[in-house]
Amino acid sequence: MKRFLIPLALFIVLVGFLARGLKLDPHEVPSPLIGKPAPAFSLPLLSDPARRFGPAEMRGKVWLLNVWASWCASCRQEHETLLDLVQRGIVPVYGMDYKDQPADAQAWLDRLGNPYAATAVDRDGRVGIDFGVYGVPETYVIDKTGVIRYKLTGPLTRENLEDKILPLVRELKK
Amino acid sequence: MIPELGHFALILALLMALTQSIFPLAGAARGIPAWIALARPAARAQFLFLAIAFGCLAWSFLASDFSVLNVAQHSSSRLPAVYRFTATWGSHEGSLLLWATLLGLWTVAVSVFSRHLPDDMVARVIGVMGLISCGFLLFMLTTSNPFIRLLPAAMEGSDLNPLLQDPGMVAHPPMLYMGYVGFSVAFAFAIAALLSGKLDASWARWSRPWTTAAWVFLTLGIMMGSWWAYYELGWGGWWFWDPTENASLMPWLVGTGLIHSLAVTEKRGSFKAWTVFLAIAAFSLSLLGTFLVRSGVLSSVHAFATDPARGLFILAFLAVVIGGSLLLFAVRAAQVGLGGRFALVSRESFLMANNILLLTATASVLLGTLYPLFVDALGLGKISVGAPYFNSVFVPLVLPLLFLTGVGPLARWKQADVPELASRLKWGFGASAAVALLLPLTLGAWKPMVSLGILLALWIAAAVAANLRGRLRSGAGWSANFYGMNLAHLGVAVTVIGITMVSSYETERNLRMNPSDTATLQGYTFRFVGVTSLEGPNYTAARGTLEVSRDGRPVATLHPEKRNYPASGMPMTESAIDYGFTRDLYAALGEPLDGGAWSVRLFHKPFVVWIWIGAVLMALGGLLAIADRRYRVSRKEALDHPPLQKGGRGDLPAAEIPPIPPFSKGGVVAEEGTP
Repeated sequence: MKRFLIPLALFIVLVGFLARGLKLDPHEVPSPLIGKPAPAFSLPLLSDPARRFGPAEMRGKVWLLNVWASWCASCRQEHETLLDLVQRGIVPVYGMDYKDQPADAQAWLDRLGNPYAATAVDRDGRVGIDFGVYGVPETYVIDKTGVIRYKLTGPLTRENLEDKILPLVRELKK
Repeated sequence: MIPELGHFALILALLMALTQSIFPLAGAARGIPAWIALARPAARAQFLFLAIAFGCLAWSFLASDFSVLNVAQHSSSRLPAVYRFTATWGSHEGSLLLWATLLGLWTVAVSVFSRHLPDDMVARVIGVMGLISCGFLLFMLTTSNPFIRLLPAAMEGSDLNPLLQDPGMVAHPPMLYMGYVGFSVAFAFAIAALLSGKLDASWARWSRPWTTAAWVFLTLGIMMGSWWAYYELGWGGWWFWDPTENASLMPWLVGTGLIHSLAVTEKRGSFKAWTVFLAIAAFSLSLLGTFLVRSGVLSSVHAFATDPARGLFILAFLAVVIGGSLLLFAVRAAQVGLGGRFALVSRESFLMANNILLLTATASVLLGTLYPLFVDALGLGKISVGAPYFNSVFVPLVLPLLFLTGVGPLARWKQADVPELASRLKWGFGASAAVALLLPLTLGAWKPMVSLGILLALWIAAAVAANLRGRLRSGAGWSANFYGMNLAHLGVAVTVIGITMVSSYETERNLRMNPSDTATLQGYTFRFVGVTSLEGPNYTAARGTLEVSRDGRPVATLHPEKRNYPASGMPMTESAIDYGFTRDLYAALGEPLDGGAWSVRLFHKPFVVWIWIGAVLMALGGLLAIADRRYRVSRKEALDHPPLQKGGRGDLPAAEIPPIPPFSKGGVVAEEGTP
C-alpha cells in the first residue's frame, strides 16, 4: 500500500507550493533597466503637441516617470495618491500617456485633476517597448544622472510610496 | 427581479446538490433503497435550478441590465446580440456558472443513460458528482456571485474584452468546459469503485464511453482554442505553451492515457489500480487548471481578475477533492487488485509504455508550468519558462509515443509474436522510411526533424492500413470501436504532418509598406493597396487591402484590420487568412507609420490546417468509438454475458481466459501497477 501513497505525498507538496504562490505576486517583475540610464526619447506633450519632452531635460533632478492611460482602471485607483504626492512637493512627477487617444487622456486629466508636471504622449507604445512596459500603470524613479533606480509595476499606494519610493527619492536627492 | 430569481435558483441548486450527494452516498453505504433512489430525481432537479440560474444571467446580458455588476463590467449596449449572449461566460463569475451548469448536464446524462447499471453504483457516481457541484456552488455564492447588483445602475457597460468578441469564443469555452467537467464522470466512477471495492470488466465498460465523450469535447475545445489563437492574436502561432493552454493540455494527455488504460482493464482485467489513478488524475488536473487560471498564481494572457479570497477557496477545494480522493486511493487501491499478467512484448506492455510516456509528458508540462512558481516560492528569483523548455522536453517524449501508436494496435493481447508483427509492418515501415527520406528534398532544404516527423506520421498511417487490411481479411464484422480507434490514430498522423511542416518550413516577413508597394513570399506576390477606415457596431477599424497573386494570376484579396474598441480603449489586430489545404497565407496589420505607410506582417504557413483537421479526425474517431453497440447492452444482456473477470482480492480469472504461466517465451513478466 506504500506505493499508493506516493501520489498523495506529491500532491501535499504541490498544495504547499500553491498556498505559498497565492501570497506572491507574479506581476512584481524586476526590470533589467534598473541601474541603467533611462532610454532616451522625445515625445510630443499632451498639452501642446508642438513641444516635446525627453529625459535629457531632467538632468540634475530626481524625478518620477509614471506610465498611465485613460483606459486603465488601476491608473484611476492610484490617481488620488499621485495628486496627494504632488501637493506635498517632494518630487516632480512626469507622465507618459501610453497607447491612448490624446483627447481621451486630456478629458481624463480635466475631470480628475492633473498631477503631472508634463505628460508625454506615447501613442503607439514605441517608447513603452524601450522601457519594457509590462502593464499600466508603472512608475520609474530616475536619479540626477538619468539612471533608473527603481521600477514599480501596478498602482502606487500609500504603503509602497512611503516604504520604498519616498525613502529612495530622499536618498537620491542628497 | 430576474437576477434575484437567478440568485435564488443558485441557492436552491446548492441545496439540491447537497441532497444529491448525502442521501445516495449514505444510502449506498448502508443499503437503504429509498435513499439510493433519490439520486436521479435530485440530480435532475439540481440541473433544472442551474439552468434557471444560467438563463437568468443570460437574460440579464441580452437585456443589457447594467444594474447587474457583472453585466456592467462585461457587456455594453452596442455589443452585438450574439456576443451579449457569449459574454454570459466571458467573466470569472459567468464561467463558473457555465462550469456548474455543464456539470449538472453531465450528471443528468449519467442519470438518463445508466439504466443498465446497478443502482448503488449509479447512486455513488451521482453522489460524488453532487459533492463536486456543492464545492463549485459554494465557491460561487460566497466569493463570485454573478448576480450582485450595482446600485445606482451604470448608464453604459464597459464592454466585453475585444479578444472575446469573436465567433471562435462562442464555442471554445463551452467545448473546453464540457471536456474538463466530463472527466468528473470518469472520476466519479473511479471513486465509486474505490468506495465499493468493486472494479471489474463491466465497470471499465461503463466508464469507457463517458471518458471518451469528455475526451472528444476536450480535443475539440483545445483545437478551437488553438485555431482562435492562430487567427485572432495576429502572431500567426498556433500553440504558445501559455499556462492556460498547458492547463487544458495536461488533462487531455492524462485522459488519452486513461482511454487506453481502460481498454486494458475492460479486455484483460489488468491495470486496475492504475486506471483508477488516471481517472483521478485527469479530473484533478482539470481542477488544477481551473485553480491556475482563476487564482492568478501564474501570469497568463488568459488570467481573469484576481482576488486572494478566491484563490484560497479554490486551493482549499482542491485540497479536499484531490487530497481526499488520493487518500481514498492509497487506502483502497490494494483491494481493487492488480489484475492479470502479460509478457514483455504484448499489447498490454505497449499500452503500459504509452501510459508511462503520456504521464511523463504531463509531468514535464506540469513542471514547466509551475516551475516559475516553485522558484519564486523558494525565494530564488523570478523566471519564466517558455517554448524552448517545452519543445526540448515534450517533443522527445512524444516521438516514441508516436512509434507505439503504430505498432500497439497490431500487437496481440497477452503475448505478441514479434516475427509476425515485423512481417505485417515491414512494408509499411520501408515505404514510410523511403518517403520520409526523399520527400523533404522536394520541399527545399532537407532537415532531420522533418524526415523524422514525416516518418512517424506515415508509420502510423501505414500501421492503420495494415490493421484495417488484417481486419477485412479475417472477415470480422463491423466494430465501431475498432474503426474509431484507427480513425483517431490517423488523426494523430495528420496533426503530426501539420506540426512538422509548419514548424520547419513557415516563412515570415515584417515589412514597411506604402500603398501600392509589393512584396513576395514563397512565390506569392502581395500588393498593398492601402488602408481605409471602417465603422463597426462597437469599434472603429483601419482596414487594409492586400492583393495576392501568383505568376500574375490573382489568388486572393486579404483584408487585415486594426480595430479600436472605444468602450474599453483596447486596440485589436484582426488578421486576414487565405486558407488552403497545403498552405495558409496570413497577413496582419501592425502600426501606422509616418507618410501613410503601415507595418505589415506576412506569413506563408505550409500545411497548418492539417493540425486542426487531425484534431477533428481524432474527435470523430472518439465519437465513432462511443457509438459501439456493446456500450448500450441492456442490463439483462450484460448479466447473460458476465464480465470477463470478477473484482480484486486474488479472485481466479473467469474461465475463458486461462491463466498465463508466470514465465512465458517473452522472458520477463510485468505486473500491473509497477510503473
